[in-house]
Amino acid sequence: MADALEADTAAPGGLDRRGFLTWVVASPTLMIAARMGLDVPAADATEVPVTATETPLSLYIALQLDGRVVTTLPRTEMGQGITTAVAMLVAEELDVALDAVDVRSADADPRWLIQLTGLSSTMRYLTGPLRAAAAEARARLVTAAALRWRVLAPTLTTSQGEVRAPDGRRLGYGELAEEAARVLLPLVSTRPKPESQYTVVGRPTGRIDALDIVTGAARYALDLDLPGALPTVVARPPTLRGAVQSFNDGVARTMPGVVGVVWLPSGVAVAARTFAQAFAARDALQVSWTPGPASTLSDVDIRSRLRDAIGPRPLPPLLTTRTVEGRFDFPYLAHAPMETQSCLAHVRGTSAEVWLGAQDPKYAQREVARALGWDLTPQRVTVHVTRAGGGFGRRFFNQAAVEAALVSRAIGQPVKLMWSRNDDMRHGHFRPASHHRILAHLGLGGSILGWHHRAAIPTVELPHGFGDVLTALLGEALPDATSAVFFAISQRIPYRFGFASHELREVPIPIPTASFRSVFTSQVGVANEVFVDQLARELQVDPVALRRSRLPSNSRLKAVLDKVVSVGQWGRALPPGVAQGVAVLEEWESAIAHLIEVDVSSGTPRVLRVVIAADVGLPINPKGIEAQLQGAAVDAMSTTLSAGLHIDSGAVREGSFADYRWLRMKHVPSDIQVHLVRSDDRVGGVGELGYPSAAAALTNAIARATGTMPTRFPILDEGV
Amino acid sequence: MLAHQFILNGQTVTVETPSDLPLLWVLRDVLGVRGPKYGCGVGVCGACTSHLDGEAFRPCIHPVGSLSGHEVMTIEGLGAQGLHPVQQAWIDEDVAQCGFCQPGQIMAAVALLRKNAHPTDADIDAAMSENVCRCGTYVRIRAAIKRAALLLRSGAGVTGG
Repeated sequence: MADALEADTAAPGGLDRRGFLTWVVASPTLMIAARMGLDVPAADATEVPVTATETPLSLYIALQLDGRVVTTLPRTEMGQGITTAVAMLVAEELDVALDAVDVRSADADPRWLIQLTGLSSTMRYLTGPLRAAAAEARARLVTAAALRWRVLAPTLTTSQGEVRAPDGRRLGYGELAEEAARVLLPLVSTRPKPESQYTVVGRPTGRIDALDIVTGAARYALDLDLPGALPTVVARPPTLRGAVQSFNDGVARTMPGVVGVVWLPSGVAVAARTFAQAFAARDALQVSWTPGPASTLSDVDIRSRLRDAIGPRPLPPLLTTRTVEGRFDFPYLAHAPMETQSCLAHVRGTSAEVWLGAQDPKYAQREVARALGWDLTPQRVTVHVTRAGGGFGRRFFNQAAVEAALVSRAIGQPVKLMWSRNDDMRHGHFRPASHHRILAHLGLGGSILGWHHRAAIPTVELPHGFGDVLTALLGEALPDATSAVFFAISQRIPYRFGFASHELREVPIPIPTASFRSVFTSQVGVANEVFVDQLARELQVDPVALRRSRLPSNSRLKAVLDKVVSVGQWGRALPPGVAQGVAVLEEWESAIAHLIEVDVSSGTPRVLRVVIAADVGLPINPKGIEAQLQGAAVDAMSTTLSAGLHIDSGAVREGSFADYRWLRMKHVPSDIQVHLVRSDDRVGGVGELGYPSAAAALTNAIARATGTMPTRFPILDEGV
Repeated sequence: MLAHQFILNGQTVTVETPSDLPLLWVLRDVLGVRGPKYGCGVGVCGACTSHLDGEAFRPCIHPVGSLSGHEVMTIEGLGAQGLHPVQQAWIDEDVAQCGFCQPGQIMAAVALLRKNAHPTDADIDAAMSENVCRCGTYVRIRAAIKRAALLLRSGAGVTGG
């Protein structure tokens, strides 16, 4: 895993044209660090040596003697394909083969400017620093070759990991890695290539870890070899956040393979030789539980609390002749990543090491340190970041690491702690339920004078803030304020609908929450786009025409909407029971439109076709973008149609994929087309982009097919 | 505690464990074979899918005691003599996202193609709908199965299969 950084030194770096600071890190071979230009000093200031050992940084690139290029990022690969996109950018700027680039996730370290994987930020934040660092490294390699050969540096070229001279001489980067580390001043430009010269970036590229995955060699936390690590599982309360009152482990301790039983704040842990033995002993524990704080609440209570929080209507704008109201209910959702919450831990006396696929490793470090009583010395906890089997927001929380550390300390041995699927479904942090009221204020002649959306949502816990120190502190100390700020800055509509406003009513409900793919937009944005269609019906206009007429003329949304309308043949003749729906979203510096065709003739909606158009700016890896958008569409179809949680007296009813009905192969159309529209070369976000308008387009298609607008999700909910 | 002998990825192995221990934990915790994943433990997600005498099965609900004389193949065995065409198709179609379910998906697809060289969409739906992919890679899984079927029919290597 990633290595500790040596103290940074003095060799001056530079600022690329977009303001990314780069500098050389003291190392036997060339190593370049870079950071975003958030607080970059004036250009001449970079001539002053960068001396601080605590200089915050965004990433670093290291050349090895064997010519390989190791890029270390404060980010986690959870399936979203960032390692491939990052390797492509490095290969492009450095002129090395893609397979010569290794991408590693860094250990938790306070020096990482932002060490958080989420908010569709990885490529938006890191593309600039990556290009700058790789271009700087290339310039120093070229300079080192020029000095060795005593030729003019600008006459040299780079290709396939080599510096080449006009006379045919060649040197591999590995051979230059040491000399390049001692270059004082690059003699060729350190500017990144113009996008027009790209040959790697922008080309559809398969994942760099595909071979490991298809051969079973990819290693997730519990696949790592930590000698002696004991399989460990936890008996958990029947209700959310319940606690152990007392327990009897007399039988469990005598069972085969059992090594230890440990009382935890969250339950009773059993460590054994195999997971099967740990599970068997867990089941033999006799535990009395104190009910959790939500044990008097069921769905019906929660829904009425949310509805009650909506309050009276605000006064409509002047000249309003009619107000149209829409109400929507969304359920709690489990993130349900394929890899359940898992962690390896080894606590020895005054230090601890944990391995897990954390989305916020520094928060994991703080949580584990706090649990061990080391609040003031979190650096005693080393957090190694592993690849994760899906995240979706769930891995911002690290209870498995806290539990693993406590058990390891109690039994004095390393452990590998795993949550069962039931644990993961029933004791997680959930995308909260919500209730929404949208009011559209109409005037004479079909005018739209106002749009008022009030959402009642239990506070979303964002202890990670936006990944920086300040908002992470706020996120932990003032969760409701952080949630409200996030809502306020993220929720809007793109249309000219007169006076538009979005209000959050936070409702205190003692059920653990977390952000979920698309965060608030997974509810607010979906409801908005469904209600736009309702408004079109009220005004008796085509929903595409209504959207087009209300989008600003320079909106990126128009281009993506037009794309799905033309490719998806909006309005084409369809058999009875089949209909199309559209929806759009602009967020994360990207824009997207969905057109979905659905067949309701059997009574159960079946998605026939999905056409997506997205403008993410520069598409670094079109294949990876397509994968993210296809996956988000499946998430949206699953949660719109059939997957949702029920709360019965403070307990989650669903326990596995048998009753949490995420879509399967047979439910998903054979074609989910993705078309990329490129309006400029910014790098927009992708991961969260594809969910809301997919959910809304499907809902709109069902409304058009059945004549009734669905207002409660999942639509096929039978379990009330 | 009994000794259980079976064939794993072409090698005879003997383990001393209780007979009712599910094979998944014998593989992962005793033998260190970590390609098959835990996703549910109750046979509903398919993340551990492997082959028993050439048929897809679920090691998480299959006791080791019933395996004497039988042949088990995990994802590690599939590509032991070079990539199987299904694995190659998975790479060509760039199927995986997080990758956690993919060993099971691949083993399910290999079992399907062994019985059915020309799977229709309906055949793929029937054979693959017991394997959950939480990242939603189904479109590419389907394309990869069709590509692998072509590769297999054209006589591309069938090593390890």
